[in-house]
Amino acid sequence: MRIAIASGKGGTGKTTLSANLAAFLSKTEPVVLADLDVEEPNSGLFIKGKLENEEVKYKMIPEWNEETCTLCGECQKNCNFNAVIQLGPQILVFPELCHSCYACSELCPTDSLPMVSQRMGELKHYSGNNIAFIESHLDVGQEQAVPLIGQTIQYIEEKFDDKALKIYDSPPGTSCPVIEATKDADFIILVTEPTPFGLHDLKIAVETVKELHKSFAVVINRYGLGDEKVLDYCNENDIPIIAKIPNLRQIAEIYSRGELIFEQVPEFRDELLKISDYIKKEMD
Amino acid sequence: MKEIVIISGKGGTGKTSVTASFGFLGGQDVVVADCDVDAADMHLLMKPDFAQSEDFYSGVLAEINPEKCIQCGLCAEKCRFDAIPVINKQHVVKKLDCEGCGYCAKICPVEAITMPEQNVGDWYISTTKVDNTMVHAKLGIGAENSGKLVAKVKNEAKAIAEKQQKKFTVIDGSPGVGCPVVSSLSGADFTVIVTEPSVSGFHDLKRVYELVKKFKISAGCIINKYDINQEITDKIMNFLRDEKIEHIASLPYDENFTRAMTLGKTIVEFDKGDLKEKMVNSWTKVKQLVNHEK
Amino acid sequence: MKIAFTAKGTNWDSSMDPRFGRTEYILVYDVEKDEFESFDNRDIENEAHGAGPKTSQKLFELGPEVLITGNGPGGNAATVLGKAGIEIYIGAGNSTVKQAYEAYKNNQLTKF
Repeated sequence: MRIAIASGKGGTGKTTLSANLAAFLSKTEPVVLADLDVEEPNSGLFIKGKLENEEVKYKMIPEWNEETCTLCGECQKNCNFNAVIQLGPQILVFPELCHSCYACSELCPTDSLPMVSQRMGELKHYSGNNIAFIESHLDVGQEQAVPLIGQTIQYIEEKFDDKALKIYDSPPGTSCPVIEATKDADFIILVTEPTPFGLHDLKIAVETVKELHKSFAVVINRYGLGDEKVLDYCNENDIPIIAKIPNLRQIAEIYSRGELIFEQVPEFRDELLKISDYIKKEMD
Repeated sequence: MKEIVIISGKGGTGKTSVTASFGFLGGQDVVVADCDVDAADMHLLMKPDFAQSEDFYSGVLAEINPEKCIQCGLCAEKCRFDAIPVINKQHVVKKLDCEGCGYCAKICPVEAITMPEQNVGDWYISTTKVDNTMVHAKLGIGAENSGKLVAKVKNEAKAIAEKQQKKFTVIDGSPGVGCPVVSSLSGADFTVIVTEPSVSGFHDLKRVYELVKKFKISAGCIINKYDINQEITDKIMNFLRDEKIEHIASLPYDENFTRAMTLGKTIVEFDKGDLKEKMVNSWTKVKQLVNHEK
Repeated sequence: MKIAFTAKGTNWDSSMDPRFGRTEYILVYDVEKDEFESFDNRDIENEAHGAGPKTSQKLFELGPEVLITGNGPGGNAATVLGKAGIEIYIGAGNSTVKQAYEAYKNNQLTKF
């Protein structure tokens, strides 16, 4: 079962929830936690484990073969991203702008732009007690998150059983990287906070999730803060609220130290239990 | 006219709340811009009137004309993004998966595929509740934030500020460290980084500062919720000192921050004590720093 | 010798454009002929990606030996300009084209 944890707004507590939920569930069954925020993975700060495997991840980009090229300029015309430029007698390729569509390569009349692999980032696989933690990190300067997210999900699907419980900590926001991270999930948990910013961004996240035709539910973090409008919105739209994590300063302090919260705060643990029960019901 | 951009690295540090307070305090001296287009929230505090609105077009997506299509399947075969499934015996482009590369359009034997420009959102010019101008935008679902919309919002704000002879533009930048942040920062005269003393907050502060350094922009830092972890706050202070980043203020963990937002107010309108004083002093300090930078 | 400027207009009194990739105009001044050629680059606004490389290529076609601009090109554009052998001088973003040229002649600009 694949559960994606997402949010419209950044800073709502997505990573805190993913890490704590994964650690909590691992007490009773094997769990795989994936941090798909490849620009800025943070959940590893909370999960300790032994490095099991490390893999460099590659994207395919065209490489110019000067000898066979006739400088016809078709490649530049075929690239929609300005990633291939003809400068007089040279063809320049810009890997950061390349989307790996293969158009320039396959349409080159002299086969002078073969696709070669170029490093884009790294995947690390850690093993802890009943928990596997997969984290991918884009190299600095790489702009395309989507291919690395896709390859990370592929790694997990190949390494782990279909029946294993997989938690995907998604990137924040609602654009391409989030879509890539959540499109194969069986169920999505949206984390929000009961404030005007939280509500505004939750609505965008809900619209996105509906476009993907996914089952989803909401967890309200820092409940007690702000107002009841998020609650009302969910009730009016028949969106299940599966947990309300209380607004406790203590939680912020424990989080700031990179420690797990449910081991120290019983109210937090109670809410995780509710989420866990809901997931078990969804699985059946 | 000076450009002040407020960024944060990590989300949830209070960047937008700080920017709105500056926009409020700046009054007639400033034009405000919300470049956090993925999750534009500043309007909830500045109450703009959305007086002028424009469509925003960015990027192309493939579209198959079913009348011309001969269902040969060449497009689906060549597509690297699995964006052309067969639905009810028709080849159809799945918009959310299409990258807009145009390969399919180029090789379709009957020219049945076009690449129309997409209306991915809107941008607006408004007057706020304090009677200054605000430029903001809203991106549609799944739309890629390429930095182009950020650039548009920023440039419009700059043009208006120059025309109205305002002293500053105050810009709510995009969170993170990718393209939209780069676009937010390009051309800025000063940046304020809002951070929080957590392991991930400090980590993201360092990462976003790498970008700031590359652009050689003068920077200042506000540490929000400094008292939830004094140890990390101290580490951040050392980092600021080592990198010669101005420490603008340390704000205490205070629920008035959120109470103000819930009432649609900026901190300086709602709070009556320490938090308000620190925000007012921060704005004064930022103005001094930006006017003195080379 | 030809000198290029990133500008917001097409004559000596126009403001310089501090940006490179998304500059509004490229002005090329032929020193020997004392003539201006201008290229309207404003369509670049429609490019979501790769504005730097695209503008660089346009510049290459215009054939200057020197480029005078404000903030300097971003990473991708800088690569292209480097390969094209164009010398870049920055720091002239907040003046008129005329003032930028004077600053260049008086060695007041920074080489990129």
